[in-house]
Amino acid sequence: MSAETAVGGSQIAAREAIHPAWVRVTHWINAIAILVMIGSGWQIYDAAPLFEGLRFGKSISLGNWLAGALLWHFAAMWVLAINGLVYVTLGIVSGRFRRKLLPISPAQVLADAKAALSFKLSHEDISRYNAVQKLLYAGVILTGIVIVLSGLAIWKPVQLQELTVLFGGYDVARYVHFFAMAAIVGFLVVHVALALLVPKSLRAMITGR
Amino acid sequence: MRQRKIIPGVDPRLLIKDAAALMPEASRRGFLRGAASLGALTFLTGCDIIDGDTAEGVLRKISAFNDGAQAALFSRSKLAPTYPESAITRPFPFNAYYDEDEAPEVDGGTYKLEVAGLVDNKKPWTLEQLHALPEVSQITRHVCVEGWSAIGSWQGTPLSEFLTRIGADTRAKYVWFKCAEGYSNTIDMPTALHPQTQMTFKYDHKILPRAYGFPMKIRMPTKLGFKNPKYVVAMEVTNTDRGGYWEDQGYNWFSGL
Repeated sequence: MSAETAVGGSQIAAREAIHPAWVRVTHWINAIAILVMIGSGWQIYDAAPLFEGLRFGKSISLGNWLAGALLWHFAAMWVLAINGLVYVTLGIVSGRFRRKLLPISPAQVLADAKAALSFKLSHEDISRYNAVQKLLYAGVILTGIVIVLSGLAIWKPVQLQELTVLFGGYDVARYVHFFAMAAIVGFLVVHVALALLVPKSLRAMITGR
Repeated sequence: MRQRKIIPGVDPRLLIKDAAALMPEASRRGFLRGAASLGALTFLTGCDIIDGDTAEGVLRKISAFNDGAQAALFSRSKLAPTYPESAITRPFPFNAYYDEDEAPEVDGGTYKLEVAGLVDNKKPWTLEQLHALPEVSQITRHVCVEGWSAIGSWQGTPLSEFLTRIGADTRAKYVWFKCAEGYSNTIDMPTALHPQTQMTFKYDHKILPRAYGFPMKIRMPTKLGFKNPKYVVAMEVTNTDRGGYWEDQGYNWFSGL
């Protein structure tokens, strides 16, 4: 009886919070881990650039030289992967992904994108995502999975060679890893800009409300 | 243009420069300088964790943990993928921390491979004796720590075969290699015994040219390129990790693939 009340109580609390504690904690751990991964990844990229003329340079990258960057990259990978695994597992098990991100209809995405670009999109209820948000959040979660798997394929092309084959081989996996990074950086630019434009969304990710 | 496509990320003209980029900064103190330069990370600068020695210490501990994780993942029966002759990268890149014309010139006539440590027979080996050992061939991918890769063809004798012949104690933890130019590194025994770990005397069925490590290199398709020593003049079977040229400067010790 009392257990039931406790469960009921926490469910009400969870419904009240826009972002439950596990979302906020994993979000900020992920934020730090992904910045370390991107910063050190840029330094690693510079050691053997994939594109002529594209170098990130030391001033915006992490680790100072290749060995330092690799130390950061292979330390933060544990944080990124374990935290990501916790987040995705809880997102699926709790039903949050299904509730918040699905369904995504292409027509609704187009309509909401138009509304957003003409600044007509409502931000009254930030607990409900519009179709563009749904698409971007679902997309970045999938990209996160791709970047971890392609990273493993590059790191262990012998022990995990089946995975490397899945990505089209070692050299192709490097490009996949790079473009997944580019997609995440692109997402981050939009995500951070919008969080600053709608400050209550930033507050909700800190305090839950 | 097509040339560049063959080894993604490798501009042949830049190879030497790339090797130079592997080099530590003139000021080793600057190991982690710029560590917090990523704009959004600056809020961490107040923490000890990001400052010089502390951060380096923590990162090196995690790197040691990663050695263990990689050793656990390593399987002696998992073979590196092999490729057809047509897949060989031509020309195969020269890569070292010095220019090609500074590569060691070893006299094959007077060369002797020294064998030391936990082995029954410490008699040095002449090149003629080494060339008489059974020959196996592999076409595998060389993966550089910088990210680029190239496929090459190597011939020689399995290191495990040689270790058996000299009566090495294969319960020992490490094999250490010393090279003519002062390079060295230590590998784990399971990798030394991997069927594709090879004492290499030939590249593409021709005696190893100076650029690729004459008279002998150790080819390990299960490890990053820098763990594959060239110009090997001595090896020691040991229980002491004697480190290595790049490993001592912060590169991961196990560096498995």
